[in-house]
Amino acid sequence: MVSQIRSLGRYGVESIQSIGRAGMLFAQSVTWGGPGSAGFRDLIRQIYSVGVRSLSIIIVAGFFVGMVLALQGYNILVKFGSVSALGTMVSLTLLRELGPVMAALLFAGRAGSALTAEIGLMKATEQLSAMEMMGVDPLKRVVTPRLWAGVISVPVLALLFSTVGIWGGAFVAVDLLGLYDGAYWSNMANTVTFYEDVVKGLIKASVFGLVVTWIAVYQGYDSAPTSEGIGKATTQTVVISSLAVLGLDFVLTAVMLGGV
Amino acid sequence: MQMRNVELMVGGFMVMGIIALVLMAFRVSGLSMEAGGETYTLKARFENLGGLTERAKVSMSGVTVGKVSRIYLDKEWYMAVVEMEIDSNAMATLSTDTSAAILTAGLLGEKYIGLTVGAEADYLADGDWIHETQSAIVLEELIGRFFLDKAEG
Repeated sequence: MVSQIRSLGRYGVESIQSIGRAGMLFAQSVTWGGPGSAGFRDLIRQIYSVGVRSLSIIIVAGFFVGMVLALQGYNILVKFGSVSALGTMVSLTLLRELGPVMAALLFAGRAGSALTAEIGLMKATEQLSAMEMMGVDPLKRVVTPRLWAGVISVPVLALLFSTVGIWGGAFVAVDLLGLYDGAYWSNMANTVTFYEDVVKGLIKASVFGLVVTWIAVYQGYDSAPTSEGIGKATTQTVVISSLAVLGLDFVLTAVMLGGV
Repeated sequence: MQMRNVELMVGGFMVMGIIALVLMAFRVSGLSMEAGGETYTLKARFENLGGLTERAKVSMSGVTVGKVSRIYLDKEWYMAVVEMEIDSNAMATLSTDTSAAILTAGLLGEKYIGLTVGAEADYLADGDWIHETQSAIVLEELIGRFFLDKAEG
């Protein structure tokens, strides 16, 4: 009994310690500069490996999500005789919610887990301590460009997700279900506002990008330097960052829309 | 992978993002480039706006000729004042007895202002008031009136 209480206490203390380490990692790696700091080229290389290589999954997923939204929406709206609102429904759903959230979730699975495994393996093979010995700060060299690459890539991916989704919705609604395409596009253009819907969606996506990459690099940097530890850290990244994205989505929406 | 190819791919990625943003701005959210075009302001008082909002369309015979730029309450008249921006080429056809009505697009659609040209020979100028106005039809009032008529009859 006593040992159970003791282990519960240790778990609590360790969790708070780990949050503290994550905060310190963020504070030390968010800015550029210092000995052996990563340059602009490293940022480009990281955008390539987390952003460009996630493109295919984002585009395919976006197209299918847009198509299924249009199909479901059509079947519901047709009962109320307001099929002309379909374009508005598809575009607002994608821009405000599904674009940022789905892009961040797919990013966590596709790029976040890879980041954790990469940094974890660097730690296990003592590349990070080798850098320290050479006087290079591994946080500035390894973590900083990855963190910023995530912040830059996720909004772009979310935007592409929404764009492809809206065109996928148009494909189903106009070409397959025979909706008049003027109704789809012009009602959308009348209702969607650039700042309220597009820009706020992008702000959300940037925050998600930051949080997902932060969790991924922290899990890699903090993992036990064994193959089991790397595997565990990779799983943790996907689980924690998915939950963080969904939870933050509600908070950000409440803050932006107000009224809660 | 060669660094040049990486740079090319990342450049392409960012360009795709910018193209998507431009599509979002102009195709999806309907921002228009004609903001710099010459517009004239007209004002009208309405008893009830019934859900008309800023940026709503102003149309003539179904053609959009402008938009609602500002809505405020006139404290002397206890009426809503709507300021509209009208495109300069549509402005030349509006006579002084033009009337404005708040209409609904479809059964449950959004509210817009419909202008109907009158018969006077003089034309409206920038900043003029439209005196002939018709308020939005509020369903609750209609239903209330209908029940009142039933009760009396």
